[in-house]
Amino acid sequence: MADLVIEREVLIEAPAEVVWRTITEPDQMSLWFADRVELAVEPGAHGYMQFGDQGGPVVVETVDPPARFSFRWNHPRGEEPVAGNSMLVEFTLTPEGAERTRLRVTESGHELRAWPDAEKQRYADGHRGGWAGYLDRLAAVAERRPG
Amino acid sequence: MTAPADDELWSAIADPSRRRVLDLLVSNGAVSASWLAGRVPFSRQAVSKHLVVLERAGLVRRRKQGREVLYQVEADRLDQATRAMAELAARWDRRLATVKRLAETAHAEDKKRNRHDG
Repeated sequence: MADLVIEREVLIEAPAEVVWRTITEPDQMSLWFADRVELAVEPGAHGYMQFGDQGGPVVVETVDPPARFSFRWNHPRGEEPVAGNSMLVEFTLTPEGAERTRLRVTESGHELRAWPDAEKQRYADGHRGGWAGYLDRLAAVAERRPG
Repeated sequence: MTAPADDELWSAIADPSRRRVLDLLVSNGAVSASWLAGRVPFSRQAVSKHLVVLERAGLVRRRKQGREVLYQVEADRLDQATRAMAELAARWDRRLATVKRLAETAHAEDKKRNRHDG
């Protein structure tokens, strides 16, 4: 069970196949994502993304064209990215008619680990609001804080 | 990708059990580790570990009161964390807006080509 961090979406006036190419082809990815992308779009493939003078490895997780694409990143140097030490970026493409696609991205990570399942569930039940609710609460606290 | 300077902050608050501890501190002011342990579904040892990570990230400060050690939130650092999260969301919005533009342009070109071919 992943802990939700960020969830954003956009409605695109193009079929899912076209959106799929835009988000998965490395030369396209370098137009909207990283400055340089080296990536084979296959489950388990290791790649690299460069952002300005920084860069990092990524590992492809799910490839299910034209519906789902995900990769892991931000894991400690020298470690294999797995649930618990990395962030998972997941794209979901949902057709809305023949020429329209809803593209949703979630970035999540650092899953609940080393907890018995019952406790995880209890915790999750108490936190349905997820990250968005947490941000709202933080903002409220920040506003309440004197000068 | 988060900037290296934010890495510690990021991993400190990305963990849901640490956020639970942080939530309790935000709502209750200065409290002890034992008080926290009574309100979370994990052990006193886990609470202590989380407090160490939060303290290292600058999100929590400890002070001694008599024989007790009390923990409280560092509000400035928390503000910074909130802004970092908002920035991450904004970054994805910008990326998605670019994907939209690229895909819609590619689709328009596909259609034009098909008309010429047909």
